[in-house]
Amino acid sequence: MAKTAAKIVPPQPVSRVVTGTHFMLGDHACAEGAMAAGLDFFGGYPITPSTEVAEHLATRLPAVGGKYVQMEDELGSIAAIIGASVAGARSFTATSGPGFSLMMENIGLAAMMEIPIVIVDVMRASPSTGLPTMVGQADILQARWGSHGDYGVVAYCPSSPQECFELTIDAFNAADRYRVPVFILMDEVVGHMAERVVIPDADKIPHVSRKRPQTKPGVEPFLPYAPDKDLVPPMAHAGEGYKVHMTGLTHDERGYPHLTADTHNQLINRLIDKVRLNAPDIIDYEERHVDDAETVVIAYGCTARSARAAVDYARSDGLKCGLLRPKTIWPFPATRIERLINKGSVQRFIVPEVNLGQLRREIERITQLPVVGLNHAGGEMPTPKAILEVIKS
Amino acid sequence: MNTQTDSSFSVVHPIDHLMRADRLPHILCAGCGIGTVIHSYVHAINEFGVDEDRHVCVSGIGCSGRAAGYVNVDSYHTTHGRALPFALGIAVYNPELTVTVISGDGDLMAIGGNHFIHAARRNANLNVICINNFNYGMTGGQVGPTTPVGAKGTTAPQGSVEHPFNLPHLAKAAGASFVARWTVLHVRQFTDAVLRAMNKKGFCFIEVLAPCPTSFGRRNNLGEGLDEVEMYRQRCRIENGAQDLEPLDIDIVDHEQTITVGNFVDIERAAFLA
Repeated sequence: MAKTAAKIVPPQPVSRVVTGTHFMLGDHACAEGAMAAGLDFFGGYPITPSTEVAEHLATRLPAVGGKYVQMEDELGSIAAIIGASVAGARSFTATSGPGFSLMMENIGLAAMMEIPIVIVDVMRASPSTGLPTMVGQADILQARWGSHGDYGVVAYCPSSPQECFELTIDAFNAADRYRVPVFILMDEVVGHMAERVVIPDADKIPHVSRKRPQTKPGVEPFLPYAPDKDLVPPMAHAGEGYKVHMTGLTHDERGYPHLTADTHNQLINRLIDKVRLNAPDIIDYEERHVDDAETVVIAYGCTARSARAAVDYARSDGLKCGLLRPKTIWPFPATRIERLINKGSVQRFIVPEVNLGQLRREIERITQLPVVGLNHAGGEMPTPKAILEVIKS
Repeated sequence: MNTQTDSSFSVVHPIDHLMRADRLPHILCAGCGIGTVIHSYVHAINEFGVDEDRHVCVSGIGCSGRAAGYVNVDSYHTTHGRALPFALGIAVYNPELTVTVISGDGDLMAIGGNHFIHAARRNANLNVICINNFNYGMTGGQVGPTTPVGAKGTTAPQGSVEHPFNLPHLAKAAGASFVARWTVLHVRQFTDAVLRAMNKKGFCFIEVLAPCPTSFGRRNNLGEGLDEVEMYRQRCRIENGAQDLEPLDIDIVDHEQTITVGNFVDIERAAFLA
C-alpha cells in the first residue's frame, strides 16, 4: 500500500498583522513586514544569516492560509516565486550572498517578464562562502547589476528592525506598482539585532495593488505588454482567461518573441525608464543636520547607525557635519545629493561601508568634491569613533 | 476552382482555438517530432473537459521549450532548466489550475535535473512532458544527458563516452505517481497518457521520443524524421505496467535494440500541497 504523507496540522490561524509593540529580531521584523504586506507565497532555501526569515514564515504563513515551500536550492526558490507571482501571488524569498548569486539569472527573467517579486538578501561577508555568520555590505552593486543585461530594480536598505518591517511593506508595494524585482538589502547586524518594533493597526498598513487589465478576457484582445503612460503594463494572472504568453526572449506587446534589434532596444529602455522616470516616487532617505553641513556622511544599513552617532558627536564638538542615509539604494538618490552639492556648503563626503567602496563609486560619479571612504572588507562594522576620526581628519 | 467557403463545411479545426495561429510559421525543422507532441497535447487539453482557461503551460529553453509559445493557454517560456520550479510556484499557489511542463531532455534532465528529482520526490501536482531527442537540437546538436554511448554530437565528434539517463527509471525512483514512455509514432497512446496525467493529482511524467533529423539524426545514421518514426514502429514494444524499469535503457542508434514503451507507473501517493 502506498504511503501517505503525514498530516500536518497548522497552528491556529492568527492575525496577519500583529499590531503592538514588540522586541523583535530584524529578520523576524522583515518576515512580519511581508505578512502585513499580504504575502501569499514564500519559496526559499535556508542560508545564514537569513534563515530566521524563513523559519518565522514557516510558522506564520501557513497559519493564515499562505503557502510556504522550502525549495531544493535558490535557483528553484526564485523560479517558484516568479511562478507564484504570475498566478497572482505576492511572493517572496529570503537569502544571503551565495544564494543571491544563484538567483541572478532569474532576477533577469523577472525583470524581462515584468513579474513582481521581493527578495531579502541579508548580507554577510563575502565573496564566496566568506564569513557566513558575520556582517557584510558587499552585495550593493550585485543587486543593481548582478544579472546580465540592462534592467531596472528597486532596493531598500533598512537600518533597524523597525525599518525591516516598514521597508519590506514598501518593497512589496513597489514590486507590484512597477512590476520589477525588488530587493531588501539587509545586513547581518541589522538582521540579527533585536530592537523595539512597533506594528500599527492593519488598516494603517500601506497597500498598493497591481495594475490589472481593464478589458474582459476573451472579449477584447489584451496586450500583456502594452504599457500605460507610466511605462508599466497592466498584469493578467494565470488562470484568468487572458491566455497570455510570457517569455524571457525579447518580445512585442503581445508577449510574443520578436527578435529584432529595434524591439529589443525599445523594450530594454522601457524596463530602465519605468524605474528611472518613477524614481522621485520611489526614492526614500533620511537626513540629519545636512542643511549647513560641510561634511556629509552617506551611510546605510548597520553602518548608518555608527554614522549617526559619529555625526552627533561631531556636532557637539561644533563641527558642521551631517548624515544622508539612503533607505533606497536603487534607484540611487543622486538628485538629492546633487542638490546638496549645489547649495554650496558641502566640501566633502565620507562614505563608511562594510565593503571596499561600492556605494562610494556612485557618489564619485556625480561630484568632483572629495569622497572619502572608510572601508572594511567584512566581518565587522565601523565604530562611531572610527567614523568620527575621519570626520575630524 | 471555386475558392468560396461552403457554408455547410466548417473551416474551424477542433483544436484551432488552442493554437496561436498568429505565431505561425513555427521555428521547427522539417521532420522534427515536437509538432506532433504539441498536437497531441492540445488534443488532450481539448478532451480534458476542464475549462482551458484553467490550464497553464510552462516551458524551459530549447526547441521543446518553444512549445509554450504555440499553445493558446496561459503559457510561460522560462529560463533554461527552471520550468519545473516556476510551474511548482503556479501549482502550489493556485491548486485549481492544472499545470503542464513541456520541455526537452537537456532542459529537464541536465541543467534542470535537480528540480526534476525534487519535484518528483515531493509529488508536486505537475504534468511533465519530456521531449527526448537525445541531443541539444536548437544549438546545433551537442550531446546531452540522454545521448547514448557512442552517439555523435558536435561536442562528442568521436561519440559520447557518458552513460545516459534512463528517464522512466529515474522518475519512478524519484517518486513520480505516473510514469510513461511513448514516441511521436504513438500519438493516440501518448495523447491518452497526457489525459491520464491531467486527471491525476501528483507528479506525472511522460517521456516522448522525437526525431531531430537536423541535429541528431543525420550524424547518427537515423535518416530523415520519417525514417526515425518508421524505426520506432519496427523497434518499439509496448509493455504497459512494466515493473522493472532499470533494464529499459534506450540506445537509439543501435537499430537492433528493442525500445520498450508504455504506461509503466500509476500509483496513489499524497500530492504536494495540491
